[in-house]
Amino acid sequence: MSSARASVAGVSRRRFILGASAGALLGGCQSRPVSAFLRAMQSWNGGFQAWLYSANRLAPQLPATAQTPEAAIPVYYISDFLPQPPPNWTLSIGGLVRRPMVLTLAQLQEMTAVEMRVQHHCVEGWSAVASWRGVRMVDLARLVDAQPSARYVEFRSFDSNYWSSWDRASAFHPQTILAYAMNGHPLSAEHGAPVRLYSAVKLGYKMVKYLSAINFMPAPSGGYWEDQGYDWFAGV
Amino acid sequence: MQILAAYPALGPRGALYRWYPFQGVAPPPALQLGGWLAGGRHWHFAIAWLFVMNGVVYLAYCWGSGEWYRRLFLPRRDGRAAFRQVAFYLHLIKSPPPSDFYDGLQRLAYSGVIGVAAVMVLSGLAIYEPVQLHLLTTLFGGYDGARAVHLAGLGMIALFAALHLVLVLCHPRKLVKMITGGQHE
Repeated sequence: MSSARASVAGVSRRRFILGASAGALLGGCQSRPVSAFLRAMQSWNGGFQAWLYSANRLAPQLPATAQTPEAAIPVYYISDFLPQPPPNWTLSIGGLVRRPMVLTLAQLQEMTAVEMRVQHHCVEGWSAVASWRGVRMVDLARLVDAQPSARYVEFRSFDSNYWSSWDRASAFHPQTILAYAMNGHPLSAEHGAPVRLYSAVKLGYKMVKYLSAINFMPAPSGGYWEDQGYDWFAGV
Repeated sequence: MQILAAYPALGPRGALYRWYPFQGVAPPPALQLGGWLAGGRHWHFAIAWLFVMNGVVYLAYCWGSGEWYRRLFLPRRDGRAAFRQVAFYLHLIKSPPPSDFYDGLQRLAYSGVIGVAAVMVLSGLAIYEPVQLHLLTTLFGGYDGARAVHLAGLGMIALFAALHLVLVLCHPRKLVKMITGGQHE
């Protein structure tokens, strides 16, 4: 199993290398007006998604029968090997907050937990369903007293520094959680142990696994895939 | 096609649709635009928005000018003519039914493809925003259902375009008329 999973990560890495070189190639042969046109359309597209987004709209909770067999869910990470949490792992929360904090897993688990089983949408086109248990991001933001000027939230990981930044509204959605359990068991290393970001309102690559830090920011800070050309808003 | 290649299968993970014969078959690289998935998506959304705007302008014009009446397939008026046109093409009858601006079969084809285009836009939106537009997505049988509809619609439009091109090649003089608007009668 672990070798199969490693090969999935291998594929994604290979695809990344291919993609990056293709991107460079395209950058070389795509004329300036064409890339300006694509950029303009992309910014319209992002604006449309942000306009359509509603903080009150919930993704439907799915029944247990809809759950995807765990072995059929792809496992992606960018490191060469399955990322392992450092000993004495903690989650640091800082940036534009009045009470910066460093939390242990036990402290997170003491907070009010929510459970949700929603559909997962990958940018590649596949969907899957799992159930997730964790702490609402909006509760965490209240705990650290995030300032109103924190209009963006950055999530960082120990998976070769994979990261993503989010708009405040999506990060504070009631179905955006810091998950520490999946399908009733503690998160496995494949799915982002010990704690990962999970949300019903974003594409998979926005949901950073292997979390190490959360920063409340005045401006967005891109992301691992976003900086290579993937959509930044990536709402669903 | 670049987007399909990223997951060339239909159905959710672990429960792929049994009826789809091309599970895991990626489309040929020559049809994949944009270099990689992110590039393909940029092209897709850019063209999709232009397609939507073009469609809105076209429909507004057809409605506003009254053109819809001579372009739209109205089953009562055109049904019989369309049927007779098919019979004529199959050499079952000797003379084509009388036609004015379009014949009945043309009206059926052109109106049909507008319907397919509308389904393409709606199923596309259903895949694009399955949570924000979840009622629309449910209408297509969920996210994976909408993906299947979107792909089927693409196939139908490709078939329509290919047939259209073949017919134009068979009647090259019509092409001049199509572009200049032909003679006013």
